[in-house]
Amino acid sequence: MNTMPEVEGEERIGLVPRKRPLTARHVVRYAGLIVLALVFVSPLVFMVLTSFKTRGDAAGFPPSWIPDPFTLEGYRAILTTAGTPVLRWFANSMVAAVSNAALVVGTAALAGYALARMTFRGRNVVFGAIIATLFVPPVILVIPNFLIVNELGWLNTLVAVIVPTAASAFGVFFLRQFFLGIPLELEEAARLDGANAFQIFWRVVLPLSRPALATLALLALLTNWNDFLWPVYVLFSPEVQTLPAGLSTLQSANAVRYDILMAGAVVASVPVLVLFVFLQRYIIEGVSRSGLKG
Amino acid sequence: MSTRVAPSATARPDKAHRSSHRGGASRRGTAPHGRLTPWLFLAPYLVLFIAFVVSPVVYGLYISLHRWDFTLPGKPFVGLDNYRDLFDSGSVYFESFWTSMGATGIFTVASVPLLLTLPLLVALVMNKKFPGRNLFRAVYFAPYVLGVAVVAVLWRYLLDNNIGLVNYYLGLLGLPDDTAWLTSLPAAWVSLVGVTVWWTLGYNSVIYLAALQDIPKELYEAARVDGASAWNQFVHVTLPGLRPVLAFITMITIIASANMFGQSYLMTQGGPGRATRTAIYQISETGLRQYQMGTAAAMSYVLTAFLMVLSVVVFWLFRERKQS
Repeated sequence: MNTMPEVEGEERIGLVPRKRPLTARHVVRYAGLIVLALVFVSPLVFMVLTSFKTRGDAAGFPPSWIPDPFTLEGYRAILTTAGTPVLRWFANSMVAAVSNAALVVGTAALAGYALARMTFRGRNVVFGAIIATLFVPPVILVIPNFLIVNELGWLNTLVAVIVPTAASAFGVFFLRQFFLGIPLELEEAARLDGANAFQIFWRVVLPLSRPALATLALLALLTNWNDFLWPVYVLFSPEVQTLPAGLSTLQSANAVRYDILMAGAVVASVPVLVLFVFLQRYIIEGVSRSGLKG
Repeated sequence: MSTRVAPSATARPDKAHRSSHRGGASRRGTAPHGRLTPWLFLAPYLVLFIAFVVSPVVYGLYISLHRWDFTLPGKPFVGLDNYRDLFDSGSVYFESFWTSMGATGIFTVASVPLLLTLPLLVALVMNKKFPGRNLFRAVYFAPYVLGVAVVAVLWRYLLDNNIGLVNYYLGLLGLPDDTAWLTSLPAAWVSLVGVTVWWTLGYNSVIYLAALQDIPKELYEAARVDGASAWNQFVHVTLPGLRPVLAFITMITIIASANMFGQSYLMTQGGPGRATRTAIYQISETGLRQYQMGTAAAMSYVLTAFLMVLSVVVFWLFRERKQS
């Protein structure tokens, strides 16, 4: 009567190195996990498959999984229609996401280092103010930032989706925590060699912080690539839009052309899915870290 | 008792050590630097921070006190009129604003409990070593990296009431197969909440999972020695261990749900009627399509006030309880 909970507890604390028999419990767990995995993966598979269907096939009933015939018509349509320049959106998204990520990491690293390693009057005030904005609902920034961006002449340009969102409070917080964990001796050694604060930062601290910088860059890249509300309202001409805003334009122009819509969705998904497949460790690490210190 | 004393005992010599040094050069924990150096490091960030985070908060308040039509030259000061309009049932903005606040409320109330419990369940199942664990974790997280636009465009297709996969499979299971998932109530809410859960479940799971792995294994061992059942271990070890993270997840999930926009904009276009047009949707349309920015800014401050009250409640609910 005691054995069942006993085994379960041992598993939990990892004291069971022996081979375990495949119990009903395992079967149930895997069955549940696999069903759930199907719920998450099958819509994405269906999206990719539909992007290779003909117009009629994509809107046919009953829905079929395998494209018959297989066609690139959807992709050709989005690449050649003037009102929905998907390649341009793709390039815009790339430029915006990479520039924004660079700006986020650059400014947050400099600020995070000052807050981690330097003492100066007002340090706590500055840090407190930055942290406080983590709790400012983004909605109150939308209207005033639209006017500020307009004053700067950035409305309907890519700069509008690169610069205003680059002040990342999470980034400063995240990198500051990381810098605090770097052994001070390494910086002291560089200082004895005559390096100044910036040289220490550049030559000692940044190279040691590559994983943290990569994590922040990836999170910033994803956030910017996927940002929706702000680009929808500040980028009105098709040729300056990013992919998410473009998808909205594409949907308005082709409400029931699901072959075209799925092709557009695939184009918007491939880069981030590739990043995720190869660098998921950093992405998941970054997200899980955001909770621990919150 | 003794553990309480320890940290401050170590902190004090550190402080004494700091102040005993002259100048900045050899302070422990500090790079040598001149007075201006920290500000030079901070400057790039602070420029962005002040321009696009701090000043908009103040500027928005200023805008909300004016009749600020973007397309007209004059922007007369109107005091609290924009706010008064929102609370005056005779004004043109009253109904649309409170309908949208109601929509945000419905969505938040319906989605937050699911987004707090389902990811926790998944995280509990994943908090054991088994082959393929990282693969499952990645699969559940994948929709999140796609972003709301892809997710919404995809699900509008899957939920199409005539040709969508969802109704088709419901029909195969012998269930009603003609639900108008995006154009009728309450089905539209079920769709919006369901898609949001599908999209962000992995995100919350990952945060929970990291927190679960931080709970010391010895606590479970001790509970087990005391004969605690699995349920008792969950209530007396897991939940208390998760408390800080629960407060954090509750907060960010409420803020995210209260800011729901893309799902509604792309899947239901705010419909049927204006039933699923959320507050942030209404604010954006009022301010950035109709250019009534004073009213829109006032709306955003009212929404923010609601969120601030909610955060106070959340922090109060999750506060560290001294007794019991």
